[in-house]
Amino acid sequence: MRVRTLAAVLLAGALALTACGKEGSPTDTAAPAGLFEVAKDVKVDGSPTFEKIKTRGSLIVGVKEDQPGLGYKDPTTNKYSGFDIDIARLISAKLGFDPEKIQFKTIQSAAREQALINGDVDYYVGTYTINAGRKEKVSFAGPYFVAGQDLLVKKDNTDITGKDTLKGKKVCSVTGSTPAKRIKDEKLTEEGNVLEFQGYSQCVTKLLNGEVDAVTTDDAILKGYAAAEDGKLKVVGKTFSSEPYGIGLPKDDKALRDKVNDVLQASLDDGTWQKIYDGTLGKSGSTAEKPKIDRY
Amino acid sequence: MSVLTNNLDLFLRAFGQTLQLFAVSAVLSLVLGTLLAALRVSPVPVFRGVGTTYVTVVRNTPLTLVFVFFVFAYPLLEILKIDEYTAAVVALTLYTAAFVCEVVRSGINTVPVGQAEASRALGLTFTQMLGNVVLPQALRSVVPPMTSTMIALLKNTTVASGFAVFQAGNIRETLADQGDNVLIGLLWVALGFVILVMPLTYVQQVFEKRWSVAR
Amino acid sequence: MSMVLFDVPGPKARVRHKIMAVVGIAAVAAALVYVVMRFVVTDQFTARRLDWINYKQIQLSLVEAIGNTLSAFAVGAVLALLFGAIFAAARLSDHAWVRVPAAVIVEVFRAIPLVIMMFFFYYGLPVAGVKLSAFTAVVVSLMLYNGSVLAEIFRAGINSLPKGQSEAAYALGMRKTQVMTFVLLPQALRAMLPTIISQLVVLLKDTALGFLITFEELLRWGTRIGGDAVNFGRPMIPVMIVVALVYIGLCLLLTWLATYLEKRNRRNKKVIKTDNPDAQKPVLMDASAAG
Repeated sequence: MRVRTLAAVLLAGALALTACGKEGSPTDTAAPAGLFEVAKDVKVDGSPTFEKIKTRGSLIVGVKEDQPGLGYKDPTTNKYSGFDIDIARLISAKLGFDPEKIQFKTIQSAAREQALINGDVDYYVGTYTINAGRKEKVSFAGPYFVAGQDLLVKKDNTDITGKDTLKGKKVCSVTGSTPAKRIKDEKLTEEGNVLEFQGYSQCVTKLLNGEVDAVTTDDAILKGYAAAEDGKLKVVGKTFSSEPYGIGLPKDDKALRDKVNDVLQASLDDGTWQKIYDGTLGKSGSTAEKPKIDRY
Repeated sequence: MSVLTNNLDLFLRAFGQTLQLFAVSAVLSLVLGTLLAALRVSPVPVFRGVGTTYVTVVRNTPLTLVFVFFVFAYPLLEILKIDEYTAAVVALTLYTAAFVCEVVRSGINTVPVGQAEASRALGLTFTQMLGNVVLPQALRSVVPPMTSTMIALLKNTTVASGFAVFQAGNIRETLADQGDNVLIGLLWVALGFVILVMPLTYVQQVFEKRWSVAR
Repeated sequence: MSMVLFDVPGPKARVRHKIMAVVGIAAVAAALVYVVMRFVVTDQFTARRLDWINYKQIQLSLVEAIGNTLSAFAVGAVLALLFGAIFAAARLSDHAWVRVPAAVIVEVFRAIPLVIMMFFFYYGLPVAGVKLSAFTAVVVSLMLYNGSVLAEIFRAGINSLPKGQSEAAYALGMRKTQVMTFVLLPQALRAMLPTIISQLVVLLKDTALGFLITFEELLRWGTRIGGDAVNFGRPMIPVMIVVALVYIGLCLLLTWLATYLEKRNRRNKKVIKTDNPDAQKPVLMDASAAG
């Protein structure tokens, strides 16, 4: 009996190791080729970060990996895709570096400031809300997107139309996150009706099963999930907070910040920004307003 | 100290929930575990096989995995909708029952063979023999390890923290939301468990000494 | 083993048992069929939901996740064994100032849930400016909890050895430390080997608690791939079945090792028969203290 179990385990292990693996992804998430033209002979005078990148010859960019449509790492290819990722690629191209050669590094929310201070990443693009507290430690270019807390519900749901219709409904969000705290602080629903899990993906599972009525966080993140679930979910579209997403840069690198702001402004003007949006978050069916660059 | 006194209500509510979760799962797992033990000593080989398979599978599966299954995978089967609290009770019960079963079974094994033989000579049926002769005698060698199993269950209720069930393990989240000192808060939670567990350990040791009668 | 509870069945009983067996098999089969039916009806085993297993990157990440689980187990086990040996020796010390604090530490760490310890190291300590990685938090918690349990197991093992062992060692002029390290501990280790290994099985299962503090181990890998809506339409059920099989396989391997060592031990004449039949007791109790 024991020997048989052992044999079965070894067999399973051997199978797993020798199985001829497929390469590539079942869903093609690569950015359209040629979207980003690599600029030549770029100069950013007085930027220590840029000098560092130049000596290295490639970029290291901090991103998120668990938000489809925004910053998502495909487990089948280990390739990154999404709105944030394309913005990162755009900046790389305009700084004169091939976007295909970016080294993406997944940085958890709590570790973002430290990664920039330590110089582990050159810049950070990942649902990074600009606020005064963070500005003391790092500097921000952008915003490249203005998100706001919103609600994700099932497509056929008609009773949830905004934050004031949540009474008696079960709302799901991530443990310890600002959106979860806001729901509780403003008493938008009863205390026992706020469910907290470790990731939005787990909340979305619960929503699809009909065990919660709404998932709440920034609309950008919700749009990503709505796009991934092809048509089963919708974002309510009435935001009740303002979260300007910025590109995190090392503090006191004003030269690089100005350069990145120029790049963003140009992309807003020539339609590149819109193309990036349409190819990623726009798939959810919602539209977005263009942000206004804040050169502080 | 202020972390505790300012949030006394939170601590009491959370530990109250822990005890409730514990009590419900304890009763259910004792019932299920004893049934499983009866299966494991039954004269019908198929029943024994079922009991053994259950115990082997569950004892070698992490409790966290059982939780993940009932919270995230089970709802996909669309059988019967259960809320998070029920899912936690089911996970804790199914898991603990396997350990209860082993404790009861090894307790039965400590009862001398002569007892069972004598009951059969008196014409008792299998059920009568088990219920009236063997189990009552097995009880005293069962109580100390059963107390340990229950202590483990009490501590295991904290696993529910990751699965949206409010109990002592979630005190940290609320404290962090309020900006209180999480470090101190967690020390108080730890102390709470020490206070709950220590008397149980003491009782267990007393029973163990008093009942370790030589046969 | 349990055959002692009933007579060899006669013809009537055999018929009755056969009927019960048929009923039993039917009930189990019905339950299994129902579950499998639910799997099929709700499309858990469609090609798309099983496709993930074909991808090289996913296989590699699975191997990596198992590696993380096993390395947390290995480091945790070594540290817990060391902790256990040191504190068992301390609890048997002749000096009260060593014995009492050691006893308090062991009892306290056995009473605190592992989850709370992991939260303490991962979420609590940064408040005081000490940052630990999820891996370190998991390993340190496993060491403290399982080390305390192992200390009790070692102590029971040492207490179960015949008094003559230490008396003879003292008579040979050995010092206390020598008696402990060269005579008592090695024998206790051998006598308690099956128990120690079953506690290690508990430790292996407890690595899964790292899931709660975002340690990238096997279970977290499972929820990540199982929740992948983009590529595979949330294959939670098939992924979790695979994860469970891996855990059960690893634990059975360890248990099998325990049985093998126990058998080998029984053949070995050098092992001293312990005079305390209860020596095995704490084992069973603590093995159930699983997380």
